[in-house]
Amino acid sequence: MLQKIYDWVDERVDITPLWRDIADHEVPEHVNPAHHFSAFVYCFGGLTFFVTVIQVLSGMFLTMYYVHDIENAWRSVYYLQTEVAHGQIVRGMHHWGASVVIVMLFLHTLRVFFQGAYKKPRELNWMVGVLIFFVMLGLGLTGYLLPWDNKAYFATQVTLEIAEGVPFVGEATKALLAGDPNIVGAQTLTRFFAIHVFFLPAALFALMAIHFIMIRKQGISGPL
Amino acid sequence: MKKGKGMKFVGDSRISADKERFIPKDYSEYPGKTEAFWPNFLLKEWLVGAVFLVGFLCLAVAHPAPLEGPADPTDASYLPLPDWYFLFLYQFLKYDFVTTVYGAVIVPGIAFGALFLAPFLDRGKERRPHKRPIATSLMLLGIISVFWLTYEAAAAVDWEEKAEENKPEPTSEVEIDTEHPGYAAYENSCLSCHGGELEGTAGPSLIGIDYSAEEIEEIAIDGIGDMPPGQFDGTDEELQQLAEFIVSVNEQAED
Repeated sequence: MLQKIYDWVDERVDITPLWRDIADHEVPEHVNPAHHFSAFVYCFGGLTFFVTVIQVLSGMFLTMYYVHDIENAWRSVYYLQTEVAHGQIVRGMHHWGASVVIVMLFLHTLRVFFQGAYKKPRELNWMVGVLIFFVMLGLGLTGYLLPWDNKAYFATQVTLEIAEGVPFVGEATKALLAGDPNIVGAQTLTRFFAIHVFFLPAALFALMAIHFIMIRKQGISGPL
Repeated sequence: MKKGKGMKFVGDSRISADKERFIPKDYSEYPGKTEAFWPNFLLKEWLVGAVFLVGFLCLAVAHPAPLEGPADPTDASYLPLPDWYFLFLYQFLKYDFVTTVYGAVIVPGIAFGALFLAPFLDRGKERRPHKRPIATSLMLLGIISVFWLTYEAAAAVDWEEKAEENKPEPTSEVEIDTEHPGYAAYENSCLSCHGGELEGTAGPSLIGIDYSAEEIEEIAIDGIGDMPPGQFDGTDEELQQLAEFIVSVNEQAED
């Protein structure tokens, strides 16, 4: 039955090459923890991706309750935390995922760095990876404001003050992010929400796609 | 892709009508114990992922995401701190010899710029860390500095006290019915310690307590914990009305 459905679709859209390009590749011995336990260091990239998927899914569910205006943002998070079934767990996953993803990214970066895996021909992929790191930090930064509690508000205040100190572009950057040269308020919250939920995820998905396509093209780096 | 004459297509589309069966590639010719990703290795990854997910969920359940009180820009006593992964930068900027331009632009710019351009700075053929001492030692220096600065920033804060002082407090939305027959008894015997809206002053809040009317009657007479006995002074009927009043406010708060 399933085979017939598959064949029916495949005859019309030719899907086999699509998933075979993704699924059909080798895993060399030196990256396989089943053969060399020390190869667990190769797991950090995959775990980063896994936590990113957790972040995307839990984030999507959080937006079902979250309200991004300063009157209701905190209340909506409080409601989510105390009243909504499993809301505390979903928010907990998103909260801890944000930290775990940074840790995993850090470990993955160190693995690639100390193995010299960024050398020719993988220079571009390294650079894309560093950009992913920056985007992830940006996601952490913007997401931190969204609950609109004291911690969030004052952390953003600090960050924007640091940004303001940058010569030439500092004040413009602050005004762009905060929506006002002086006030951290309603505009800031909506902008951070838009950046957190639309702009940066779009950039992240594009960069991740490039990252993965390049890995597939170049293959994983050889043993040291 | 197959090319040449004699190809058949599905309808007028460009999809080939000749279907080959999917035969996984044979990796036995590859060096070492190469394994196929699909499905062999993916199954193992899946299992590791499941274990990781269980651990992660335990973390999320055991330590719920913190939430402090709603943002109050007028709170001048609040100690502002960034999220933990920016603490190193925050700490670096706190030192007197670090100006904003130096600490927010030049040093992080060089550090992260070098990280971004690492493949072009470290151009040798060698990959082993000890064969490229400059790259390795600079990275180690960077890691140690970031860890040290983060530790310095985090050690200066009493996190438990900070969390304790900034607990989320939902605004009370109970309306006190002063016409309730039990209110007069509450006003006489309880209000001075438990507050005009049962919010608690010297004594704890009476909203959200898990006692039946009979238990409240007992507590009013016998006391509980730090509350001394004999606080209530009145008839049995008034005592009953008092307990009903406290229960009714609790029921209202739960709606």
